[in-house]
Amino acid sequence: MNEADLRTRVHELLAAYPPSEVDTLDFLRARFDAGLAWVHFPLGLGGLGAPRTLQAVVDAELTAAGAPDNDPRRIGIGLGMAAPTILRYGTAEQQHRWLRPLWTGEEVWCQLFSEPGAGSDLAALATRAVPDAEGSWRVNGQKVWTSSAHTARWAILIARTDPAVPKHQGITYFVCDMTDPGVQVRPLRQLTGEAEFNEVFLTDVRIPDSDRLGAVGEGWRVAQTTLNNERVAIGGQRTPREGGLIGIVAETWRERPELRTAELHQRLLQHWVDAEVLRLTGERLRQQLAAGQPGPEGAGGKLGFARLAQQLTAFEVELLAEEGLGYDDWTLRRPELVDFNGREAGYRYLRAKGNSIEGGTSEILRNIIAERVLGLPPEPRTDKDVPWKELSR
Amino acid sequence: MNLLYSEIEEELRASVRDLLHDRSPIEAVLARVSADQGYDPALWRALAVELGVAGLQDPAAGGSLREVAVVLEELGRSLAPTPFLGSAVLATAALGGDERLASGERTGTLVLPFSGGAPSVRETGGRLTGRVTSVADALTADLLVVPVVGGALWVVERGFTVTPRTSLDQTRPLADVVLDDAPGQLVTEDPAVLEHALLTGAGLLASEQLGIAEWCLTTTVEYLRERRQFNRPLGSFQALKHRLADLWLEVVGARAAARAAADALASEAADAPLLVAVAASHCGTVAVRAAEECIQLHGGIGMTWEHPAHLYLKRAKADQLALGTPGHHRARLAELANLPA
Repeated sequence: MNEADLRTRVHELLAAYPPSEVDTLDFLRARFDAGLAWVHFPLGLGGLGAPRTLQAVVDAELTAAGAPDNDPRRIGIGLGMAAPTILRYGTAEQQHRWLRPLWTGEEVWCQLFSEPGAGSDLAALATRAVPDAEGSWRVNGQKVWTSSAHTARWAILIARTDPAVPKHQGITYFVCDMTDPGVQVRPLRQLTGEAEFNEVFLTDVRIPDSDRLGAVGEGWRVAQTTLNNERVAIGGQRTPREGGLIGIVAETWRERPELRTAELHQRLLQHWVDAEVLRLTGERLRQQLAAGQPGPEGAGGKLGFARLAQQLTAFEVELLAEEGLGYDDWTLRRPELVDFNGREAGYRYLRAKGNSIEGGTSEILRNIIAERVLGLPPEPRTDKDVPWKELSR
Repeated sequence: MNLLYSEIEEELRASVRDLLHDRSPIEAVLARVSADQGYDPALWRALAVELGVAGLQDPAAGGSLREVAVVLEELGRSLAPTPFLGSAVLATAALGGDERLASGERTGTLVLPFSGGAPSVRETGGRLTGRVTSVADALTADLLVVPVVGGALWVVERGFTVTPRTSLDQTRPLADVVLDDAPGQLVTEDPAVLEHALLTGAGLLASEQLGIAEWCLTTTVEYLRERRQFNRPLGSFQALKHRLADLWLEVVGARAAARAAADALASEAADAPLLVAVAASHCGTVAVRAAEECIQLHGGIGMTWEHPAHLYLKRAKADQLALGTPGHHRARLAELANLPA
């Protein structure tokens, strides 16, 4: 499959389903069936087994033709985390059942990993899955920080299936049906006033064994695929100079000369430099990946982004002075998306506090850099060979 | 914008690194400093004449500022005592290339205070008079490129005296230059040439700063992997690991910024002044922090004369002030990015 073949396929799709005449969902389904959803996926699963880099060709052609697209932000967990894991560990039947509606957005996915007692130490999780008489699994436990749980049709779930072995070994990976009567979703209100996450209570949830991904007891290994893809998904976007939060602040600075002070000016310039350096770092990483030299820089992207976002949003509130003392809206809302641009400075300031916690805390990321990139020895671990049930919790 | 290193650049790096490793290991640099010896003429000959790095700035000879930047990274990593910055970077940029300097047979420098500042030398009827303090790489220079009041550039080859100063950076000596009615040859009356030479120097110095920071980080990581206290390698303590992870992230950023500046200068990109301002204000600070962390995390040995860490701190701090402080470059950025005070 080369670029010219791809273009031909795109034009055939557009001819058969003219974007201005057909329903969005029909178009997306047809696009999936034509192998143009994610070209690097296999035939029959929305792809053509083509190099991943060719996706840009398809996207550009379709955008130019005004074709509807799916909403990667609304279905981000499915696209970024569930799909690569299903592709790698799912059976053919599972792949055919789940990937198409996942990609078209007909079925939203969420991730039931973190628990109140298992955040950064994710492998400490206590949610139990026990085989029942009918050959299914019964799941009991509590999950937390679950985005999209209130809109999701499916969840990827890790649960403990063997408490008698050390904590990384006794875990199994499942797909959980969020419509099961044992699944209860409660909004979890955050410091911003919004409830973008949920708590999920699992009470005797029944999961058929056919909805297991990977072998029993191999869940930790399967979850690594999900987590690695999560970090790639977080750091990947290309931004123009002065894109993102620095752009918002720089615009305010230019438009509101009455807010300027000498001290703020110095700090603004520092932040501007930091933002540009971070942008160049991301650009260099993309160039390395494109040249087939994956560097370790990716591990730092999220760490740098979190720090800058917190500094910039704090700066913005201060710059706005009196206005910074106000807040746009404390109403409990349940947004489907986190939108930094759609809200005011106070919201951005508060929401950015999550950037160094969600998707791996900055402390865990520093450990990863220190151990995997710099090769420093791990901290001595007291839990390594101890059966999970004997650990103190 | 190309932020990677080409194969040719990697080959150049390998040759320079090998040569510096053989002829100028850090122990030798330390010994020279202790014996108050200046530059190593044999080392300069090997680098400039045998490897030909003095002429890399000339595109007609197949060179590129991107390659000059790679050489500076290695010189920063090794602190090799050579006049590369003054001769092959600053003087060469000001002259728009020069055969005498490109061959490496002779060296020159740009006669301005290393910290920056406006020209103070006066010219009357082709003869130059003035005193310029703290000039880098002047001690061994055969040829001086002298900016005069108004920004014109002159070359002076005789009729000057050079007096060494005691420099904070022991591996790059500074000297005062006195011109007493010295005969000069006019290079250009266009002040933009000097401005561009200083922009080039500041942008490429970021690569030297990157080299310093990399040496400090790598050396500290190696030390913390080996050194044991409390019956554990020091590098296994989270408090220290996190500091190194943060430092690593800063070095990664410095590399992206330094490469962006070098590439923009090499390709004469429209945003080169802005990328230089970013690199120059960022990389110097990263190098200083890396050197400070290197000393602190080495503990007692880090603050001794016998360990080379102090030489890196001295070079890093001097480099941070050279060719404009970070504050100076941020002020420049305020104009370029339209962020007025």
